[in-house]
Amino acid sequence: MAAITTTPRQKAGWGVTNFVVIALALIPVLWMVSLSFKTPAAVLDPSFIPSQWTWGNYDQILSTSQFVRPLINSIGIGIIATLVAVVFASMAAYAIARLRFPGKSVLIGMALLIAMFPQIALVTPMFNIERSLGLFNTWPGLIIPYVAFGLPLGIYTLSAFFREIPWELEKAAKVDGATPFQAFVKVIAPLAAPGMVTTAILVFLACWNDFLFAISFTSTISSRTAPAAMEYFSGSSQFTVPTGPIAAAASFITIPIIVFVLFFQRRIVAGLTSGAVKG
Amino acid sequence: MAEIILDHITKRYPDGALAVEDFTMDIADGEFVILVGPSGCGKSTTLNMIAGLEDITSGELRIGGQVVNQKSPKDRDIAMVFQSYALYPHMTVRENMGFALKLAKTPKDVINQKVEEAARILDLTQHLDRRPANLSGGQRQRVAMGRAIVRDPAAFLMDEPLSNLDAKLRVQTRTEISRLQRRLGTTTVYVTHDQTEAMTLGDRVAVMRTGVLQQVASPKELYETPVNLFVAGFIGSPSMNFLSGTLEDGKLRTSLGDFALSERLRREVESEGTGREVIVGVRPENFEDASLVSPDNRPNGITFHASIDVLESLGSDVFVYFTRGRDQGVNSAELEELAQDSGRGDAGGTGDTIVARLDAATRIREGHDAELWIDGRQMHVFDPASGRNLSLAVSREGDGAAIRAVSPASGTAEPPAASETGSGQPVSGGAGEAT
Repeated sequence: MAAITTTPRQKAGWGVTNFVVIALALIPVLWMVSLSFKTPAAVLDPSFIPSQWTWGNYDQILSTSQFVRPLINSIGIGIIATLVAVVFASMAAYAIARLRFPGKSVLIGMALLIAMFPQIALVTPMFNIERSLGLFNTWPGLIIPYVAFGLPLGIYTLSAFFREIPWELEKAAKVDGATPFQAFVKVIAPLAAPGMVTTAILVFLACWNDFLFAISFTSTISSRTAPAAMEYFSGSSQFTVPTGPIAAAASFITIPIIVFVLFFQRRIVAGLTSGAVKG
Repeated sequence: MAEIILDHITKRYPDGALAVEDFTMDIADGEFVILVGPSGCGKSTTLNMIAGLEDITSGELRIGGQVVNQKSPKDRDIAMVFQSYALYPHMTVRENMGFALKLAKTPKDVINQKVEEAARILDLTQHLDRRPANLSGGQRQRVAMGRAIVRDPAAFLMDEPLSNLDAKLRVQTRTEISRLQRRLGTTTVYVTHDQTEAMTLGDRVAVMRTGVLQQVASPKELYETPVNLFVAGFIGSPSMNFLSGTLEDGKLRTSLGDFALSERLRREVESEGTGREVIVGVRPENFEDASLVSPDNRPNGITFHASIDVLESLGSDVFVYFTRGRDQGVNSAELEELAQDSGRGDAGGTGDTIVARLDAATRIREGHDAELWIDGRQMHVFDPASGRNLSLAVSREGDGAAIRAVSPASGTAEPPAASETGSGQPVSGGAGEAT
């Protein structure tokens, strides 16, 4: 292949474009971080860098159960939903990758359909269902929809990973005396571990970032997750907007995302593209 | 240890494709049997059916006297070596080899002892705690073998275990497998598409073509008395030369010269009812430099002249290649299939290049005309329609040589290529002309 040559002019052009794109993406985030370090009085100060740095907003949100409890909910619900989704998705994906069975294409189609379905359209019916089933404002009330919407993503990502594992390994395990379940657990699953980790990260991020279900299916902090809880922050009086604490909470829950993405960047990209290119 | 009996085994896929048809074979306890054939002939499918990795459509499979058609692989007590080795990448060599025993809930110390014993036999002791990714191809192959032998199974099934090794290692490993099998005395079924492996390893070789078993015999028998064109062309390297021949006045007329037919063979050819056209098969080693043939031996064959296109000297032997310009070549579905399998069809090589293996003492030179002798006693005559070896039926009846040379004089009466270029004269550019 011929090397793509770039003139200094082109390089400069690309540099400017990249800078603009990154700036557009980062400025709101940096603005939020900046706000979280400003004192309540300086919130309306238009300067980008706080004139007076303070941890006050963080102290405030972390000292009340209004944020700490939802944070625990977020972590708990996210982890449980992720585990359940990955276990079910890996079993389904394995079947899809390996077996021929009637209704396979229907299953794949349904999974895709669920992934495509506008969630907002489901909120009202699900709200009614959850209320009559007694799931409203409970952990399972959020875990179940998160699993439902995490599964299609998981099935797609994992079946791409399973397809890349040589079938002969499974045959070898069978001849070695393994039952199909043992072959899956002892041979196939360990090899698909990178795929499972990727899927888990993607599903967890989806749960962590969700606002729609969290605000719709909860009513108290006993099950409200962090993004929804920020809605209910109150200012020092009813006439002040709690801008600082909200900015602090938003910055706080963004940290795990940034850490995740930095650590697992390659994995996430692999997971998102594996089905597209190789599958 | 067990015998394996395949009783009219047939495999038909749900889409109707027939992979294996009516395969019947008894494999004795401790026997080393090779399934050989070109790709797509159903040999691996047969092996997978024995392993239990594919369902048997009809027929009965018995291992050690028990019908195992419905048994899952784990209940058949067989070990398998795969072409890709199929080592578990996340386990060490020790864990790979002990996996089957661990699943069988064998006590840990017994597993360790067996794995170490196998590792010692296979020279893997210092690699026991490494992972397959860090091993060379040959070492991986040995781990795959080790995984099979630690189990002490009723039978070993091997699916082209050497095809991923380089040529030198393949020969070395081949002898090792042979030695190992003799030492363990375990019934072994070995699948390969390489006829050299088939000939060197097996007690018996089963040749398959398009799902049908062609012939089961010892390597020697297969080589000397192939039942049909396909087996004749598949077994032997370089492969048998095929010429078209015509039956005329009790003689077999070929582009190399005329051969007298025995009465029986003539009747056999005529009774087949496919007319007077036959295909004549001659192995490369049945040619010789005419000047090196003793006068006593000469009457057993005929001599002819040919212009040598290519000469390959291997030290121990000399291979010469020449073409018979006049020959139309032979047409047969079986030969076409063989040509495709060996890549000859795609390479654009003509089917009528003849290969002869001569004594290293020969003075024949490339590009020159040479007088060659052909042993008439070793020729095979095939029916072009059915591919059946007609000379076989005759020679089995104890008639001796099926074909004799007409006579030394008349044998040389028709030196086709040479007569066109000037007999006996060194021909410059003969190679070019012959092609």
